[in-house]
Amino acid sequence: MIEVKDLHKQYGDIVALDKVSLTVGRGELFGLIGPDGAGKTSLMRILMSLLLPDGGTATMNELDVVKDYKEVRLITGYMPGRFSLYPDLTVEENLKFFATVFGTTIQENYYLIKDIYQQIEPFKNRRAGKLSGGMKQKLALSCALIHKPEILILDEPTTGVDAVSRKEFWEMLKRLKSMGITILVSTPYMDEASMCDRIALIQQGRLMSVATPHEMIESFPEDLWAVHTRKIYETSKHLEKLSSTLSVNSFGQVLHLVTSKGVHSAESIQKYLLEKGELEITIEPSSATIEDVFILLMNHHKHLK
Amino acid sequence: MITTEPVITVKNMVKKFGNFVANDNLNFEVYKGEIFGFIGANGAGKTTAIRILCGLSTPTSGEMKVGGFDIYRQTEKIKQNIGYMSQKFSLYEDLTINENIRFYGGIYGMKIADRKVRTEKMLERLELTEYRNRKIGDLPLGWKQKLAFSIAILHNPKIVFLDEPTGGVDPITRRQFWNLIYEAVEQGITVFVTTHYMDEAEYCDRVSIMAEGRIVALDTPERLKKQYSANNMDEVFLKIAR
Repeated sequence: MIEVKDLHKQYGDIVALDKVSLTVGRGELFGLIGPDGAGKTSLMRILMSLLLPDGGTATMNELDVVKDYKEVRLITGYMPGRFSLYPDLTVEENLKFFATVFGTTIQENYYLIKDIYQQIEPFKNRRAGKLSGGMKQKLALSCALIHKPEILILDEPTTGVDAVSRKEFWEMLKRLKSMGITILVSTPYMDEASMCDRIALIQQGRLMSVATPHEMIESFPEDLWAVHTRKIYETSKHLEKLSSTLSVNSFGQVLHLVTSKGVHSAESIQKYLLEKGELEITIEPSSATIEDVFILLMNHHKHLK
Repeated sequence: MITTEPVITVKNMVKKFGNFVANDNLNFEVYKGEIFGFIGANGAGKTTAIRILCGLSTPTSGEMKVGGFDIYRQTEKIKQNIGYMSQKFSLYEDLTINENIRFYGGIYGMKIADRKVRTEKMLERLELTEYRNRKIGDLPLGWKQKLAFSIAILHNPKIVFLDEPTGGVDPITRRQFWNLIYEAVEQGITVFVTTHYMDEAEYCDRVSIMAEGRIVALDTPERLKKQYSANNMDEVFLKIAR
């Protein structure tokens, strides 16, 4: 398992990690969710002993990431955000290289990577640099797994990947989790949160919330309304001026209106819009998505500053 | 304002790399003033098509016009009349906001007085006036992307191509970015955009979906959802691409 306590990292004036504390349980699939520049990569690089913290501690299966970094590297698999395999080596050579470095063979742990590696095996003699994005991603995951790590750390494995391939990748992660591997994975896509056991929402070096996706949605503290309209722009302008409106955001063709708890009913909002001359509108109470939670917390933190 | 006047016309567009067919007989039109979404799986051929439409790559065969100019003979004219930004390449990190604007203004041959007026208006809109002498590298990603888009349309192009402009951006900035897109459309600019966020596909007037080098669907989001009995564009995409 992973234990992070008051972890601090600063680059000049910029605080990348602001006293971050976090526990990832053994065998858990844990998601770190936030935009670019939130501190996800800094946290992962510290856990992988590729970066030293300025304060705080972190352990991986009871091993300290600073003092015991050699042991930590043996029990972890890491897939960095940027493709960092050897582009001039073939698919098979890359995999063999990583197996050898960790004192094992492809055969010994083949069962772990079989599902993933089989998809790129037809191209095993192709140079890694010549692979498509999706294939590079599968090779990188295979290389991170070939020494049978106890913990897997994946830095934005699905960024820039299309919606279909992203779903397939998460299915692969679920299979790895079922084999008992602890997984910490970061993503900027809020809709991937539901695939994780627990998630942390991170923004500007701070964890805004840590919970299961379900708890996060259930504990949404305000009222949320789904507003269907033909004139998204005009309707949202009107709704912004409604008393006790906290935010209005478009989610595809639907507007999500957040109002202070218990102030409005669908009827009272409908009436307000009718007065503004908006006739063809339907309003219904709706449950929040992780993106709604993220936006609410972001606005909240802005007000605190 | 959406019209039915085509600003991009693509007829039988084919692009081959050796034996590999990256674009397999594409046919479509983009209308003046619309937001045209260009969606597809990785490797479906989107980037190849965009490079051709921007005059950066020559097709193997087909007839194409962008902004009224021929794709084979008038690529320089095309480049002057379009804007381009992507997640990967936008602005020069070591130059300040001002220096980047002067650089792009120069490249597009804008008149100095015109550039100055437009620059002031743009910086005011983005609330960046007081930061004009900051280096791009010191700005948060969200600011960078909004600025990159505004600079890409500073010379008032007929069409702006956006290649995954909102990747990795936080959810609030992502929506602010789309507000900028709507404002550009109000000015009469046509927007050609790719994205992996399927909720953004819903913000487009029409969406084309590519798979294995071909356009497999092209319509308004509303009609696509009806046609594939889907609740949202994510479901449409999964049904088509899987």
